[in-house]
Amino acid sequence: MTEEHSHIVPYKTFLIIWFALLILTGITIAVAQYNLGALNIWVALGIATLKAGLVVSVFMHMQYESYLFKLSLLSALAILAIFIGFTFFDVLYR
Amino acid sequence: MSGHVHKDYTGAKFGMWLFLFTEILLFGGLFILYSVYLSRYPQEFISAGKELNVWFGGGNTLVLLTSSLFVAVSITALRRGAKRLCLGLLGGTIVCAVIFMVNKYFEWSAKIDHGIYPGSAHLKEMLPGEMVFFNIYYLTTGLHGIHVVIGALILAWTMALVKSDKVNANDWVILENAGLYWHLVDLIWIFIFPLYYLILH
Repeated sequence: MTEEHSHIVPYKTFLIIWFALLILTGITIAVAQYNLGALNIWVALGIATLKAGLVVSVFMHMQYESYLFKLSLLSALAILAIFIGFTFFDVLYR
Repeated sequence: MSGHVHKDYTGAKFGMWLFLFTEILLFGGLFILYSVYLSRYPQEFISAGKELNVWFGGGNTLVLLTSSLFVAVSITALRRGAKRLCLGLLGGTIVCAVIFMVNKYFEWSAKIDHGIYPGSAHLKEMLPGEMVFFNIYYLTTGLHGIHVVIGALILAWTMALVKSDKVNANDWVILENAGLYWHLVDLIWIFIFPLYYLILH
């Protein structure tokens, strides 16, 4: 192996992330028991995004990848955001 | 021919990521469908969402998060030369996939027994928003379920490659890419769970 992809993530890091994911799942279930109106969906989405961030950056090794990977992920997410945003410009203001 | 085979690790991984982006946009479309109808029928989404069992959804969340941990650790294990551990973890991941699908089977069976499935007479009597909720629910979780099955098959194939040392501590990109696919399955469930099972309780 001549290329640089030698970063081996230790077991402990994965276990910590897994534990954090379980805690966040617990929090999202607990918050859902209270009626906060429209806030519920934003809290749920916020926690889900945080969990997704942990999975992508550590489990999927994104934090150890080059800028090529990071930028392309960002552009894919930007396209998704445009997709969602423009749909709602239409739907909300009809 | 043998001896020095050129392997482009970055290229292989980047290709996998490009594929995952298309998957993200595919499921993104389904989430847009969900959010547009949620904004149109908020009350009906609440009443329909209460029909879903948090225990099935929550249990499957634990199963998938744990399976993701197994896959992630299996890569480290293989690279450190712990082939046995790697195979055990991959086997554990496939067991998790099976548990997930068995849960799904019971969950869907209970719904179908209550007459809730796309095109059913009972569904047609429901309010339009409730009907839409269940249709999108079946479409999204069904497509996700297909991904779970495909992911498990890919991991089983990878396991065979690890067993025969075709995937090893010096050449593990197939395991890495199979793992990426599996994490995507987990990633999508991370959004399905709160949106369908929790938001409206």
